[in-house]
Amino acid sequence: MNKKLLVIIGIIVILALVLVAVFSGRRESDTIKIGTIMSMSGVVSAYGIQTRDAIQMAIDEINAKGGVLGKKVELIAEDDEKNPEKTMNALIKLATKDKVAAIIGALTSDCTLAITKEAQQRNVLLITPTSTNDRVTEAGDLIFRSCFKDSFQGSIVAQFAIETLGAQKAAILYDMNNDYSTGLTKAFQDTFESLGGRMVAIESYAGGDKDFNAQITKIKAAAPDVLFIPDYYNTISLVIKQVRNQGLNVTMLGADGWDELTGQAGDEAIGSYFSNHYSPDADDPDVQEFVRKYRSRYNVTPNALAVLGYDATYILLEAIERAGTTDPQKVKVAMMQTDRKFVTGHIKFDEQRNPVKSVTMLKIVKGPDGKLTTEYVGQVNP
Amino acid sequence: MGVFQQILQQMINGLSLGSIYALLALGYTMVYGIVKLINFAHGDILMIGAFIGYFVLIKLGVTPGTLIVAFLISMPFCALLGVLMEKICYKPLRNAPRINALITAIGVSFFLENGARVLPVIGPNPRVFPTLPPVTHHLFGVGVSRVQIIIFAVAIGLMLVLNYIINYTKIGKAMRAVSFDKGASYLMGINVDRVISFTFALGSALAAAAGILFASAYPQVEPYMGIMPGLKAFIAAVLGGIGSIPGAMLGGFILGVAETLAKGFLSSQMADAIAFGLLIIILVVKPAGILGIPINEKV
Repeated sequence: MNKKLLVIIGIIVILALVLVAVFSGRRESDTIKIGTIMSMSGVVSAYGIQTRDAIQMAIDEINAKGGVLGKKVELIAEDDEKNPEKTMNALIKLATKDKVAAIIGALTSDCTLAITKEAQQRNVLLITPTSTNDRVTEAGDLIFRSCFKDSFQGSIVAQFAIETLGAQKAAILYDMNNDYSTGLTKAFQDTFESLGGRMVAIESYAGGDKDFNAQITKIKAAAPDVLFIPDYYNTISLVIKQVRNQGLNVTMLGADGWDELTGQAGDEAIGSYFSNHYSPDADDPDVQEFVRKYRSRYNVTPNALAVLGYDATYILLEAIERAGTTDPQKVKVAMMQTDRKFVTGHIKFDEQRNPVKSVTMLKIVKGPDGKLTTEYVGQVNP
Repeated sequence: MGVFQQILQQMINGLSLGSIYALLALGYTMVYGIVKLINFAHGDILMIGAFIGYFVLIKLGVTPGTLIVAFLISMPFCALLGVLMEKICYKPLRNAPRINALITAIGVSFFLENGARVLPVIGPNPRVFPTLPPVTHHLFGVGVSRVQIIIFAVAIGLMLVLNYIINYTKIGKAMRAVSFDKGASYLMGINVDRVISFTFALGSALAAAAGILFASAYPQVEPYMGIMPGLKAFIAAVLGGIGSIPGAMLGGFILGVAETLAKGFLSSQMADAIAFGLLIIILVVKPAGILGIPINEKV
């Protein structure tokens, strides 16, 4: 072996030792680190930013009351741009570099599904505030969520279409590459048909598409009573414009991905209905209190995802306090003991670590100030 | 709605989508004709053009008049951007192997996309493009929206202007000469550099117009919005015969109609697969594209 090589190896070894020393020195921290992976830029940024802000608000409140296990809680937020690959990178960074106690996230179902197996294998406790796809919590006993499931949400929308709107013929337009959209489509179709309705058109598109004219023409020819479009608000605003441009006057239905649509769409959205996790104008004192605090801090009315993020933070930090440690295997047991009323309702986990919660139906109307807003229609309990 | 009306309606949908592809495909094909370069940043010029239109319309409000102003501001700006892009990125590589310029084009494309992402005035989040209120005209039970009429009229108008420039002006003659034989044109005293710059300017101005039309039809602007139309337009250009201007127009219309008809009558899940399968078949039968002139490569 020549001398040069030995010198290089020597340098590498020394560097490695220094790095190990630096990073292991960091572990002696007096804070509890919580990671969050949110889509703070890109197509669902309105969700990601508000949810991150709500999580931060919950953590600040808890810190003001003395923190958890006598330590302050620190939030490390990562942006995944609603790209499942970036969600995976963020998970690995949070788990290995920051060594967080638990992760709140990710936001959308496709991003969360990309990391649940890895989180379980790496022994990282994960609670997603907002991913509604049924399969999210199947990866293992460390994966929780604080929202309802799509199979429940989709069937409520179908039931609403038949029982409240008196619809008999329904059409669906969905994103075939999106777990959230396909899950809801299946749930809606199953319930609608089992209640005696008829599906007259089921059309799809690929995520990122902007032209839906061909599908809409086809749907128009089938003359449905209602059109169910399960996707996120940015795509919905494009779809409904084209629906109205073609002169298709059908009642449109959506799910919780329609939250924030009122800020994106024009008058063509008026008269549509969607299911959601909460309504900011509900009478519930907890909701009122939360909305007031959030408005005074961030100057905006919180969307449903923000509320879910707030609840998820409390569920997680209370469980860590109960467990008396941040060891995921012990926190997991404490999580299952959660049983109290939070802002979005009473939360108690079932065996699959899903909370059993009610669905709120909202209608899009024109507010007194001429802007679009939502109107509370009703609440359905499981 | 009868089957006939449905076919007619889908044809209208397809032609309006196709005219946007065609406008964009012209830029690919002109640049290829002159410098033998696939300018992959062309789709991102569409994005920049759409954003300039967005800022103009936000500032002035939306009326048919301000829409024209948006075109008049966005097209020269993008023409200038196209010239700058050529001068800074492609001109130094003109005598380098062709693959180098191609890779540079991909680099420029990434630069424009991610540059727009970090630029505070544009940013990564989608925005709603202001549009005229929807109006639909009905003819024989077929709906034609105002946006579709505008797209079609502007696209055809610009194609006529382009046709005039290329066939009836001096610079157009020079462009044809350079595309035929660059070396000989140079010897004949044609300012080849100027012709190349002009070609980039022309192509980029058309892309800017396509950007505003695209954003009016699908009212959302974001930094990555140019990728898909750019790719489709490139395919349209190849389909029509790259280097051929009528070919690019034809290719754009064929692709738009094929895509829409596949979605409308076969399967919306398989639409892209069917449209591109058709493309493969056409290219197998006519490798130079529909209107392309086959060239025997000298080995």
